[in-house]
Amino acid sequence: MEFIDPNVVDLSRFQFALTALYHFMFVPLTLGLTFMLAAMETVYVVTGRQIYKDMAQFWGKLFGINFAIGVATGITMEFEFGTNWSMYSHFFGDMFGTPLAIEGLMAFFMESTFVGLMFFGWDRLSKQAHLAVTYLVALGSNLSALWILIANAGMNVPEGAHFDPETMRMQFESFVNLVFNPDAQAKFVHTSVAGYVSAAMFVMGISAFYLLRGQHRQFAARSFRMAALFGIISTVAVITLGDVLGRLDYEKQPTKIAAIEGLWHTSKPPFEPWILAALPDDAKQENHFEVGVPLVLTPLITHTFDQPITGMHELEDAAGPRIRSGIEAVSALRRYGVTHSDADLALFTQHEQDMGYGLLAARHAPNQDVTNIPENQIDTVVKATQPDILPNVFVTFWSFRFMVFLSLWFFALFAISAYISLKRRLEHNKLLLKLCMWSIPLPILATEFGWITAEAGRQPWTVFGWLPTFLSASSHGVSYMVFSLIGFVLLYSVFIAAELYLMFKFARLGPEHDSMEPHAQHAAPKPSAFDMHSTAS
Amino acid sequence: MELYAILKIVWAVMLGVLFIGLGTMVGMDMGVGTLLRFVGRNDAERRTALNIIGPHWDGNQVWFILGGGAIFAAFPTLYGTSFSVFYVVMITLLFSMILRPVAFEYRSKADSRLWRASWDWVFLVSGFVPMFIYGAAFGNILEGVGYHFGWTGQYYQDESFLSYLLNPFAILCGLMSVSLSIYQGGAMLMLRADNPIWARARHYAIAGGIFAAILFVAGGVWMQFLPGFVMQAPVNPAMLANPLHGQSVAIVAGGWMHNFHNHPALWALPVVGVVCMLAGSAMLAAGRTVVAWWLGLGAWAGTIMTVGCAMFPFLMPSSTVPDQSLTVWNSTASEYGLGCMLAVAAIFVPIILSYTSWCYYVMRGKVHTADVVNDTHSY
Repeated sequence: MEFIDPNVVDLSRFQFALTALYHFMFVPLTLGLTFMLAAMETVYVVTGRQIYKDMAQFWGKLFGINFAIGVATGITMEFEFGTNWSMYSHFFGDMFGTPLAIEGLMAFFMESTFVGLMFFGWDRLSKQAHLAVTYLVALGSNLSALWILIANAGMNVPEGAHFDPETMRMQFESFVNLVFNPDAQAKFVHTSVAGYVSAAMFVMGISAFYLLRGQHRQFAARSFRMAALFGIISTVAVITLGDVLGRLDYEKQPTKIAAIEGLWHTSKPPFEPWILAALPDDAKQENHFEVGVPLVLTPLITHTFDQPITGMHELEDAAGPRIRSGIEAVSALRRYGVTHSDADLALFTQHEQDMGYGLLAARHAPNQDVTNIPENQIDTVVKATQPDILPNVFVTFWSFRFMVFLSLWFFALFAISAYISLKRRLEHNKLLLKLCMWSIPLPILATEFGWITAEAGRQPWTVFGWLPTFLSASSHGVSYMVFSLIGFVLLYSVFIAAELYLMFKFARLGPEHDSMEPHAQHAAPKPSAFDMHSTAS
Repeated sequence: MELYAILKIVWAVMLGVLFIGLGTMVGMDMGVGTLLRFVGRNDAERRTALNIIGPHWDGNQVWFILGGGAIFAAFPTLYGTSFSVFYVVMITLLFSMILRPVAFEYRSKADSRLWRASWDWVFLVSGFVPMFIYGAAFGNILEGVGYHFGWTGQYYQDESFLSYLLNPFAILCGLMSVSLSIYQGGAMLMLRADNPIWARARHYAIAGGIFAAILFVAGGVWMQFLPGFVMQAPVNPAMLANPLHGQSVAIVAGGWMHNFHNHPALWALPVVGVVCMLAGSAMLAAGRTVVAWWLGLGAWAGTIMTVGCAMFPFLMPSSTVPDQSLTVWNSTASEYGLGCMLAVAAIFVPIILSYTSWCYYVMRGKVHTADVVNDTHSY
């Protein structure tokens, strides 16, 4: 009998989370900065004022430092589905691979080709042509996000595919359902706009740094104002789309929404409080203490005053019969693979919708084999499997709250900053400038928490309701995982050290050409001393 | 022939095209990376070499990404299985590859000598290692890989990675791939650089072409004796994709030559490959670099098509349970998926080719050391 080592599954999950969270530190900034660069360059092309070209070039340099690691760590993500999630790739690749490949053809190729021209083409292209190139980079990076989130939405709300007992995988059947998956559309806007928030805070924070030091004042004030306005619009959009996503989860992923809200028992509308803070205990399946805001939960999630939200205990109870039926489905499926008899197929079809719940029971079945559970042990296996349908409540609950609290902070900060900046009173508000500066990493943190909410909340599934995470991993030994994990930690540490070094270096240096600063400290840099000397190898 | 079977063949051909594009374009950039420390003796020369491919490496790299994406979308079971059984090798490939984007962007952004020298070594590693693994993977696949499937479709590995990492045939294939990348990278450097880079690149590129030809012929002779995989009975090309049943495969010494015996016209492919490598080297010697660059594309095409036609319809044969070998027939995506992807590719591939060409057109002409050093946008 062939086993899946639970340690390998955990290490694979850890590695994927590590590399995805790391990749996602750089992506949001890319998504937003490209559009901000395009906006700055547009003003330059329309008005012909040199300072906006300086802005585009300076922020473009910081963009490049960030972009390189975004590209590098993105390659990892494409590899890992194959290297670590072979069963997932086999089971869902027919559908999941399509948006990934389209991302390459439609978006990534465009972004990567034009980014070269964006950096190298300033003197070779007309103003208009260069502006077009910058827009194509922005379009490419955002289309890239679109297709990745379409793929991701397929994992969360698998629409557009059906399971086929002949090929033992989900067969892709509807491109329209794949692309117009409501989860994909809402997630794309929510996530890419979260990237705009990150970029706005980045530009605003660094501009605040110059204003605090009294350097590049014109340049910084303009960048600050642009970023604050960009930021406030983006934050409003992030919050609105977040609300749409919550409503979608309520319909499609009840376990996720119950965990997000720490709701162990079905809610009693309309007075159910929205829990502001609590200490969810996954083992005891209860919250240790709760601070709530009365009346808020029902309208917030359901957009009505009378619909209940199913609690986690009730969801567990409802899963019992599905697990039992799922075990029937998996057993029939296995027999069908050998006999190809109509009777087995009919039995499978009858229980097909619960197949995923049957697979979920593998972890608790003797020898991880749900097709051979002795009759007298079935009840025990079902009971042991029931709590598995819930994600880790503590993690889901708190990552969601951190994300929400942070987004409210951004809203306040952008609103005040925009107001004061339009009043031209920025330089009198040292505290505000300092807050802006120290808030630079916070939107990136918020997007990370958003990713954790969405993906930890999706557990225990890789394909929601169909394929458990536990069965999705490649059948490696622990030593393989140790090898790759050590490598990732070392390599990614070097990357982040190099990127922070350069980021601080160039942010401190400030814009090279600052046409509004009469005594610019940094004229075009001279070739470094040893450029001309021979360094024989 | 049924539509599904035609779609499978079309995607197998597309995969070949992607592999040729990958070898040529990514191989070219990686060749420049491998040669960087040798064609550039000082910092200014090295920066010149880097800036020759500076505007293009990122776009070129997408051939690699797209190769992976196309396997995922068109051959999902092959993707999951091959990336997993070659885990240690794939992760090594990944580590060496992801250093490169960072090296391009970061190398010249700080003045420290140690900083730049370190990144120059990174270019050597991230040029040589991925191209070596690229070639060696083909070698490993030709020899068969030890794996089988459980009833759910999960693969299980039957041999340690050491057995395929360290074997002479795979090393030969890996070195051939590196030689071709040095040829292509050298040709590109000659196209865009003046002396002394031009003269040094010429030297290495000619050697790369000749070495590639020698290794290709040696590999071809070796293949006559290599155990190959042969279908015992005709299979239904339009079969539903499932590697668990439906085919019977035998391992036969020299089995990879079956397709060449049945279709002697296929011999044109290896001939084209060798002729391109040798003629390309001659063109480089004569200073006709544009022709030589295109002959490099021909060399890759000849090589990949030779391997593809020898293996067809096998994609990754299993040496331990040959009946479960992954083929063009049993590991593709669904008919619907392949059709969708084909429509998308038909729209976007021409667009991609046109803007890529435009990009090269905009950046055409020689790259001068003085300009590179004085330009604040350059690498």
